[in-house]
Amino acid sequence: MSEPLLVVDNLEVTFPGRTQAIRAVRNASFTLGRERLGIVGESGSGKSTTGRALLGLVPRPGIVTAKTMSYEGKDLLHCSERDGQSLRGRRMSMVMQDPKYSLNPVKTVGRQIGETCRLHLRTGRRETEQRTLAMLEAVQIRDPERVFHLFPHQLSGGMGQRVMIAMMLIAEPDLLIADEPTSALDVTVQNEVLRILDDLVRDRGMGLILISHNLTVVSSFCDRVLIMYGGRIVEECAARDLQNARHPYTRALVAATPSLDNPRAELATVIRDPEWLK
Amino acid sequence: MITVAGLSVIFSSGRGSIHAVRDVSFEVATGETFGIVGESGSGKSTVLKAIAGLVPSSSSALEVDGRPAAGRRSRADRRMLQFVFQDPYASLHPRQTVDDILREPLEIHRVPGIDEKVTKAIADVGLLPIHRFRYPHQLSGGQRQRVAIARALILNPPILLLDEPTSALDVSVQAEILNLLAKLRQSYSFTSILVSHDLAVVAHLCNRIAIMQAGRLVEIITAADLRSGTVTAEYTRKLIAASRGFTRLNV
Repeated sequence: MSEPLLVVDNLEVTFPGRTQAIRAVRNASFTLGRERLGIVGESGSGKSTTGRALLGLVPRPGIVTAKTMSYEGKDLLHCSERDGQSLRGRRMSMVMQDPKYSLNPVKTVGRQIGETCRLHLRTGRRETEQRTLAMLEAVQIRDPERVFHLFPHQLSGGMGQRVMIAMMLIAEPDLLIADEPTSALDVTVQNEVLRILDDLVRDRGMGLILISHNLTVVSSFCDRVLIMYGGRIVEECAARDLQNARHPYTRALVAATPSLDNPRAELATVIRDPEWLK
Repeated sequence: MITVAGLSVIFSSGRGSIHAVRDVSFEVATGETFGIVGESGSGKSTVLKAIAGLVPSSSSALEVDGRPAAGRRSRADRRMLQFVFQDPYASLHPRQTVDDILREPLEIHRVPGIDEKVTKAIADVGLLPIHRFRYPHQLSGGQRQRVAIARALILNPPILLLDEPTSALDVSVQAEILNLLAKLRQSYSFTSILVSHDLAVVAHLCNRIAIMQAGRLVEIITAADLRSGTVTAEYTRKLIAASRGFTRLNV
């Protein structure tokens, strides 16, 4: 792995509150090459906020600071809105969790995907349509011509998720952030969607950040994993070593997950240590 | 304890009808925890609702504790079983305190000693006395699911129906709720049916497991079969492989 695609050093995201500020992400540092990086954690651990901060999508009044946050050497923190827009969607993009809420309900699938393409690649009408159909085929939608004219409410969960992936990939970004892309899906469909992402990472040399709460998915799919707890990255390890993690929180999470291979009479519960947040 | 034979559920609307459950048969013995797994739309929750009488169904036999459960049910019939739903954010009344929520089933069934029963139920599910007069929005997801379990158990029902009781929860909270259910199963000695899409969760709590696909029962296997992969149906094999995680084909 040569130059890292993404360098993040000391990322902090803070939401000011009435009595005290909430530090959603605390001192997070990591780099990403052309690889599959997983971020796992439970609700409120700051994993989605980290993904959003990278794209400059932290909602107001959240404050994002960092020592370094750069993408291929470009500073993401201090770039102008215009530069940000040329990166966002074109060079790096994000697949959101739930197709029910993240697709525009009053636009057809074809128009939504085509919009990204027209905006970023400045393609004409005919070419936009061709690319959109090709992209729908690339995410293994069986009948692209038909799906092109459907509205989001006419899609199943798995199809909706594929449409979102198609929309994010049509501008051929180098970095894809997938925020719980498979959580709303059945296990069999989940693996099909992961396979599509996997092929794209391999064929296009993309960098992928997979944000998930599912340890099984992350450990079987990613190369490297960051474990977040209370806004902090408590551990970084190779995905296949997740079972032998060192940090007590990671170990507790692994032990709390019911497993088909290691039946336990009683599941371990996580006893939270305030030390982990120091 | 529960006998289901030839159960079918058809939902019809103006434009046509959907055969949600087709010809499903199984039996659950007293004290057993029976599991049903399947993907979305496989009809697993509908089977549970049919047993509880929440959806109209047709069957050659549907018996709860030896009494026919099809058709109109008496109050005593309804007291036989209680339901715990998936989403603790949606299944508790937002304007009722925990006390109101737990009191209601006792008042409906005219059970004496309400106060002590509520106190006991709160302690049994691992909540504290201070939680008694809180509203659901003041509780965490895990605490709400504990309230839902307490509400189901407060009448001491012989049968508990669990519809994805941990799917909306974080892994660490799921572990707490699964441990709680295992513990309560001992102390309350109820028969239960657990519906889930998560094979590992079902294998953790159940001995016998029914696999459902597209409204049909594919097969009934034991948890040991599930763990070792000794199954006959191709679909079950596929489901087990998928739930073990992602596999790269050419690496």
